[in-house]
Amino acid sequence: MSIDTETARRVAKLARIKVEDDALPALASEFSAILGFIEQLNEVDVDGVEPMTSVTPQRLKRREDVVTDGDQQVKVLANAPDAREGFFAVPKVVE
Amino acid sequence: MTDLSKLTIAGARDAMRKGDMSSAELTGAFLKEIEGAGALNAFVHHTPEIAQNQAKAADARIKAGDAPAMCGIPLGIKDLFCTKGVPSQAASGILEGFKPEYESTVTTQLFDAGAVMLGKLNMDEFAMGSSNETSAYGNAVNPWKAGNDGADLTPGGSSGGSAAAVSADLCLGATGTDTGGSIRQPAAFTGITGIKPTYGRVSRWGVVAFASSLDQAGPMTKDVRDSAIMLEAMCGHDPKDSTSADLAVPNFEAMLTGDIKGKVIGIPKEYTMDGMPAEIEKLWADGKDMLKDAGAEIRDITLPHTKYALPAYYVIAPAEASSNLARYDGVRFGHRAKLDAGDGITEMYEKTRAEGFGPEVQRRVMVGTYVLSAGFYDAYYNRARKVRALIKQDFETVFADGIDAILTPATPSAAFELGANFDPIQMYLNDVFTVTVNLAGLPGIAVPAGVDAKGLPLGLQLIGRPWEEGDLLNVAYTLERAAGFVAKPDKWW
Repeated sequence: MSIDTETARRVAKLARIKVEDDALPALASEFSAILGFIEQLNEVDVDGVEPMTSVTPQRLKRREDVVTDGDQQVKVLANAPDAREGFFAVPKVVE
Repeated sequence: MTDLSKLTIAGARDAMRKGDMSSAELTGAFLKEIEGAGALNAFVHHTPEIAQNQAKAADARIKAGDAPAMCGIPLGIKDLFCTKGVPSQAASGILEGFKPEYESTVTTQLFDAGAVMLGKLNMDEFAMGSSNETSAYGNAVNPWKAGNDGADLTPGGSSGGSAAAVSADLCLGATGTDTGGSIRQPAAFTGITGIKPTYGRVSRWGVVAFASSLDQAGPMTKDVRDSAIMLEAMCGHDPKDSTSADLAVPNFEAMLTGDIKGKVIGIPKEYTMDGMPAEIEKLWADGKDMLKDAGAEIRDITLPHTKYALPAYYVIAPAEASSNLARYDGVRFGHRAKLDAGDGITEMYEKTRAEGFGPEVQRRVMVGTYVLSAGFYDAYYNRARKVRALIKQDFETVFADGIDAILTPATPSAAFELGANFDPIQMYLNDVFTVTVNLAGLPGIAVPAGVDAKGLPLGLQLIGRPWEEGDLLNVAYTLERAAGFVAKPDKWW
């Protein structure tokens, strides 16, 4: 499948990565090449095959539903680019 | 003892236990080697103080007679592992300045066993690459040169710094991670040994995630025995990783008997590729003969869906990456872009991710976003997961037919020049022999087995049954002894 610049723009938006307009055509052609490679998968007969969910068959372990961790506000915020008064600070989200 | 850096893990362990040397001496020797090896760009964060303190503590333990095998052993740690208070950037600009408040399970286990951390090792950004050229730290360089040609070669990727460091005797062993071949391909390119264990054998907790259903950590060492020793220290159940297997960890080193009589080794016909260099075909044939001479039965097998492994991987891995890397939003850790007046939160995300991620990471995140997007999820992602199930079934079939291990080349070529400027798909083909193993969750090991006409190392890969790393290591040990690979790169750095 060939990817046009509009699709490339939409994917960049969905991925929350800023791509300048003049970079979109090159990006679209890279996507097209990669998707062309991926499309070999259409040759495989997958009728009746279940999609793999777990590579090693195992049941998730269960544990008591109790608090086992927490109270680490300082550590959690230690690497934040902007933390104030015990919170992560971000640009204004709502008017 | 004159050159401590040339020791193996096993040799250093025995010498320290006998009292012939201390971990402090050994660690000092490696710190000096690292200082002189800036040209390799393998170590990107140096932790000499931590190393010296750990060495001192290790010496006390050894003296007290309470020393596990890894006690006092100086290691390099791939930058993908979170190490408390030490930069852990996954070689990405977006994690610049990030110092974890916690320690990964693997490094916790290694340090609890007394291992010494010399520093953090270069790698491809978020482990996405096969040449270490996507790193925010710049390229790591292969200690090997092609004959008299002085051009810098890639150490492979993504664990390129780990491979270069072990090969150049800058540490006794290194941690690596392998999502599509990132331990085995660099090991093959640098003449060292690297094993990716069965999915679930080693905890992923505290390892920066790339593709969670494929990622596994493993050791990269100078020989098979060292891999056995170091792997044992890395393995084990971890309640903090829900996919970690609650299985006993055997004494892998004790399983290295060199006896493989009666073992059945499969040779998959699909791994013969058009345009494969004659040297690699010969290496493969030689490997077959070595295992046969050691008493194994060689059997031709078929893994019919091999051809579709790379395309399936390049749907599944980017899909998982796009989801895992959504956390890099400029809010909780790492880089945040400088904003213009009027920029809102969406602009903050978009600018931060555009500045922080390199081109290959951006490409994969966007491909992943595309294959997961409404209308394409079934056509790409679900189809790839079905093909993955078939690839796994191929292996289950041959194991059910009595195959104990599978022998293949590790890579389609020897190390290539840095800056060779492949397009993305050409670069992806580096993993053609290794990626099936990740998709099927199996253990795989790369063992150096010979050199090409230019004197560059070439590796063979052995693939084992799930959870049977011990048997796999024993076959690898037998192959290693038969191949007798002893070449080392000439020191130019």
